[in-house]
This record gives sequence, structure tokens and C-alpha cells, in this order.
Amino acid sequence: MEIAVSTRNISKTYPGNVEALRDLSLEFPRGQLTSLLGPSGCGKTTLLKIISGLLEPTSGEVEVNGKPVTGPGPDRAFVFQDFALLPWADVLRNVAFGLELRGVPVSEREDIAQQHIKNVGLDGFERSFPHELSGGMRQRVGLARALAVESEVLLMDEPFSAVDEQTRRKFQEDLLGLVERENKTFIFVTHSIEEAVYVSDQIAILLPRPSRVHEILRPENLRTKGVSDIRRDPEYLDTVDRIWASLRSYVE
Amino acid sequence: MFIKGIRLPGMSSLIIWGLLWELVGQSGLTFFLPPLSEILITLYEIGDSPAFLKALKETAQAFTVGVSAAILIGIPVGILMGKNRLLDELLLPWVNIFLSAPLTALVPVLMVLFGFGMRSIIITTSLFAIWIIILNSRAGVLQINRSLVEMGRCFGATPMAAFVKIYFWAALPEILGGVRIGIIRAVKGVIIGQLLISLVGFGALFELYSANFLMSHFWAVLIVLFALAFTISEFLAALERKFSYYAANR
Repeated sequence: MEIAVSTRNISKTYPGNVEALRDLSLEFPRGQLTSLLGPSGCGKTTLLKIISGLLEPTSGEVEVNGKPVTGPGPDRAFVFQDFALLPWADVLRNVAFGLELRGVPVSEREDIAQQHIKNVGLDGFERSFPHELSGGMRQRVGLARALAVESEVLLMDEPFSAVDEQTRRKFQEDLLGLVERENKTFIFVTHSIEEAVYVSDQIAILLPRPSRVHEILRPENLRTKGVSDIRRDPEYLDTVDRIWASLRSYVE
Repeated sequence: MFIKGIRLPGMSSLIIWGLLWELVGQSGLTFFLPPLSEILITLYEIGDSPAFLKALKETAQAFTVGVSAAILIGIPVGILMGKNRLLDELLLPWVNIFLSAPLTALVPVLMVLFGFGMRSIIITTSLFAIWIIILNSRAGVLQINRSLVEMGRCFGATPMAAFVKIYFWAALPEILGGVRIGIIRAVKGVIIGQLLISLVGFGALFELYSANFLMSHFWAVLIVLFALAFTISEFLAALERKFSYYAANR
């Protein structure tokens, strides 16, 4: 199992001596989806932002493909919880925006963006503006933008938490297809136990104050099940129960 | 507006007030208020007189230069204040003081500093407009969604690209609001400057007409000024609406 991203002895202390992460080490296998799961305030988003290079760890280091991370880089793309779309730009420009910032010529980047708009199922909405789209469609734009820059690592910060339940289920199914199709490494932050078990190859359970890795779970056979059979699978149900058992004492 | 299902034209209220004015004027209640029709005739007469055109030109010049300076200095200063904590701490108290200060009281000081000519009028105009432009640009930058800033960094935006492609646009609704209010204040500034400083432009005409009790002339000039200020403000409000579609969901 090849490791795409590894974090070693990461500590993060915010001003005012608030310890968010302590000595956290984790490895993320290439081509797989790893979830960071834990109650709110457990530092999972902090860890994701440190991997992305948006935040600097107080100590410890992050490596992507063996190279230490010093800031944001083209090998990682980010999908935001609140989508972070440009409200004054249409879908096509939003999806192409990562490429625009890299200086890719207009016609080339629009061709690439067009392809990804089609992949996420937004055909025909190229000229729509974000405020004309539903939450689910907006997140599809955010996803297409992250896919368009062809990064090896996709960082997703609770990407489905701002969309409604039905859309969320559809997203989870689509995400499984995406993990299978694209040979990318996904790092997925969520606070939903069911979601983590449903989409993950590997689940890292974080416990709060200060955050450390409590347990790493690897559901073995869920990947071979069909998207609609997973939720009935005994392994799925057992894993969900087990995670809840270890988290419940940390929930007020 | 609709009354009993009949749609009234947009300026209906203006027509009613105009009629009322005409009636009061015709009744001869006070010399101070001549009938509207008489004022409009006077306006037509003086409209192409050299004195009026000269006043219009001088005022437009002072106004344009003063407002341009206020916008060109105000927006970058406001954006920098929003982005730089130190600069903000240094300048914010002054901006707030000048925003609420009775600037008219400062005009005599400006006269001493910059002389009795055009320069003082332009500076007065700028001083009336600039503070609200600074404050609004600053507010616009401060409310930019944090994830939008992070998005720019994640996808590799250079500081310049982030500024031009993200920050400016994200703050644009507030900036335009500030420019609109600033320009309305500048109309006051340019007239007050002209009245107090050197009696040129419309300021001089006001002095002349009111000192000689030429009330219909006085009102004619006033109507021109009001109409100009109103038109400019409406134009900017329309521009603001053009960008407000995204103000609510940034």
C-alpha cells in the first residue's frame, strides 16, 4: 500500500494557548478515501487545513509524495463546506477558476471545465450563476473546480453538510464512483458516522482536546458491495455501532 | 404603484407636488415662492446665458476633479485599511472624526492654506466625499467570506490576482454604496465651497440672485442642482443594483 500523504507528529497550538492538535501522525494511502471523523472541536478541519497548507503546524510536518508541504500547492485541491464560489462569475468561469489562476489560456481551460461540468452532471448550466443554483448543484460546481486542476490529492471539508439529506445520499453514491474512477487520494472530513463508514476505505477517529488519533478502522468488504446494498450490510452496521460506542462518552 | 388597479406612472408624486407648488405660487402667498411655471420659464431664459454656463462649467470641473480624487484615493486606502491591521488602527479614528465633523467649519482653514481659488473648492469637495468612501471600502473588504480568501490561496492566486480577481469584486457592492453616498455629499461640498470661498460658479449665482431678491432665478438654479444630484445618485443606485444580485450570497 503506497502512501500519498503522511502527517508526522503534528501539533497545533492557537494563540491563547488553545491546543488543537497534539502529536498527531497519520498516513493516507494513495487512491483511497480516508475519513477524518470526530465530534465537533476535535481539530479535524484544522488537520485538513494543515495538510492543504492554509495553516502552519506549530510543530511536525506534512509530506505529499515524499515532499514536505510548506504552503498550498498544485498537488492538492480543496472542496469547501460553504462551496466558496465566486458569486459574480458563472458556472463555467467558477469551474475554470483554478486553471485561470494558473494562467491556462481561456479556450483551453474552458474546454477542460466543460468536460468536468459534464462529469458532475451540470450539463446546460454553464452560463448560470451560483445564486440561481441549489445548494447541491453549487457543491457540484465546487467539486468540478477541484477536479479540473487535476490534483492528485482531493481535500474535502464536510462537503455535503450544507446540502439536504436526499442530495447528500446521491452525493455519497457519486463519490464512491469518483473514488473508483479517478486514481486520486481523497481526504474527507465529516462528523457523520454513517457517512464516514459509507464512503471510506479508511476511517481515522479523532478525539478532542487536544486532538489525537483514537483508532483507525478499515472496513474490508464494503467496497465490493453495490451502492444501495452497503447500508444493509452487517459489516456497515457493526462498524457504525462500534464507532458510536467509542465516541458517545465524548458527546455532552 | 397601483390605485384601484390603475398603474400610476413613476413620477406621479412629483407631478402632484409640482401642481401644489404652482397653486401656492399663483396665490401670491409669499414672494419667496414664485409659481413653478414662472421658475421654469426663467430657467429656460437663463439656461444659455454666459453667466449660467460659466457657473455650470466651473462647478462641473471642481466637482469632477474633487470626486475623482476622493474615489481614486478613498478606495485603495479603504481596502488597505481592511487588509492591514496596523494601518487600520492608525487611520480609523481620524476617518471617523472627519466623517462626523462639521466640515463647513474647516473651510476657512482651507482658504488660509490653499488660497481663495479653485484649489480650495476642489479640496472641500474631496473632503466631503472621501471619508464615507474609505469607510465603506474598508467594510466591504472586512466582510469578505473567509473561505473565499482561502479558496484563492488554495488554488494558487498571487496577491495581485487575489486582489484583482477576488477581493475587489467581493467588496464591490459596499464600495459602490460608499461612492454613491460620497458623491451626494460632494454635491454639498462643491456648493458650500463655492459659497464660502470665492463666490464663483453656482455659489456666486446664489449670492447674486438671493441678494437681489430674484427668487425665480434662485429657484431655477436650485432646481438644476437638485436635478443633477438626483440624476447622478439614481445612476449610481442603478449601477449598485446591477451588482447587488450577489451581495446577499457571498
